[in-house]
Amino acid sequence: MPREMTMDKSKMVVVEGSYAVAHSVKVCRPNVISAYPITPQTHIVEDLSQFMADGEIPNCEYINVESEFSALSALVGSSAVGARSYSATTSQGLELMHEVLFNVSGMRLPIVMTVANRAVSAPISIWNDQQDSIAQRDTGWIQLYAENIQEASDMTAQLFKISEDKDIMMPSMACMDGFILSHVYEPVVLLEQDITDEFLPPFNPERTLDPSNPLTFGAFADPNYYTEFRYLQEQAMQTALKKIETVADEFSDMYGRYFGGLIDEYQTEDADIIIMAMGSIVGTIKDVIDRLRENNVKVGLLKVRAFRPFPAEAIKNVIKDAKVVVVLDKNISLGMNAGALFIETKSVLYNTDIDVPVTGYMIGHGGRDIPTSTIDKIIDDAKEIMKSGIKTESQFTDLKEELV
Amino acid sequence: MKIVPGAVCEAGTSRANKTGGWRTFKPVYDYDKCIKCKLCELLCPDSAVKPREDGYFEFDYDFCKGCGICANECPKTAITMELEEK
Repeated sequence: MPREMTMDKSKMVVVEGSYAVAHSVKVCRPNVISAYPITPQTHIVEDLSQFMADGEIPNCEYINVESEFSALSALVGSSAVGARSYSATTSQGLELMHEVLFNVSGMRLPIVMTVANRAVSAPISIWNDQQDSIAQRDTGWIQLYAENIQEASDMTAQLFKISEDKDIMMPSMACMDGFILSHVYEPVVLLEQDITDEFLPPFNPERTLDPSNPLTFGAFADPNYYTEFRYLQEQAMQTALKKIETVADEFSDMYGRYFGGLIDEYQTEDADIIIMAMGSIVGTIKDVIDRLRENNVKVGLLKVRAFRPFPAEAIKNVIKDAKVVVVLDKNISLGMNAGALFIETKSVLYNTDIDVPVTGYMIGHGGRDIPTSTIDKIIDDAKEIMKSGIKTESQFTDLKEELV
Repeated sequence: MKIVPGAVCEAGTSRANKTGGWRTFKPVYDYDKCIKCKLCELLCPDSAVKPREDGYFEFDYDFCKGCGICANECPKTAITMELEEK
């Protein structure tokens, strides 16, 4: 059930999203931070660099590297040694890490990385969508998507706790919309050091690289063994499904802040129309829902926080009684004419008794603004679907046809 | 046997996997030409060049894959690559 969130206004400060995240990283007591600047992620590692220069992060190495490939490769070593390891990146930088992402997950190194979501080239765009992290879906990283700055910042501590669980040991991405969250100033409660020291135990992995007891990480696995490593990774992801929920609850109990576990719900209980989305767009949708509810439109929001592991049961449970489900995606799987959340949502409904129409909208690519009027139009479409069924299953939103 | 998550195992286990069988050409020393410069030992990517007590070197054919770097780099052409006969 949704929890109430109580915010202590006397503890709130107005800071940039990147600063709030950098502060959280500092409070989590990292041992190694690797940094390579790329817009719109740069402010996070700049702020961390300032903290380092001011001596505010004890027992930590800050490594300037020559590429994102190196940024993550450096952390492979540091995490294997037993150092709590952090980096941040976005877009082309994340794509350059692609090969290393698989290695980190395969070696079961619980690195946490903030992704300031940005569109990918070409054409070059520094603005927000979620194509970058969605494209890394199958690399074996836990992915959570933040709605606002407070969530993006608090998520950092949650993810260290989830990733470093001895039954999980999988890396994770804290995904926050570039510029929309990374560069905006909002009132937030900066992550509290005293509570965090209690919430997040020191990183103490079972196996570490140590010259006095040499080990090989990510050793050769011939066809007799490879399958079983993949099986164990999948099991860890399934364990993370539960852990993401319990960590969110524990966080709520200790800090008094809650943003959902795997998912969060807003006005879904009696909703005929349920909109599903990830990231900052959720705030816009809530505003539209508030207005439409005054006119007795039964519309609700299913905020998907966890994209990997995919919360199939939680989603099914929320949408099973809806009359139409609308999925918004800031990404596209080219050649499928659909976004990833839409594709996955549809796929988990097959072979079940749930028979609800699901329709998809690809939206906000390359930083295109998403005004409330666009959400209104989508909900108008959904009302039509309730009456006469789906005509277009998945489509681009606000496409300027005169340009093509 | 149980596998360990992350494929973590003792170091040096590749010694059990003798890769010399991959070789098509084998390196052979001409000790009359060798000046003990150690380049072959330094450059061997498989640590398959072993020092001998007399200062010369010998190949560990259990692991030499026959890449030929040693023969290519030897300043005295003291190493020749010979076709493996099996």
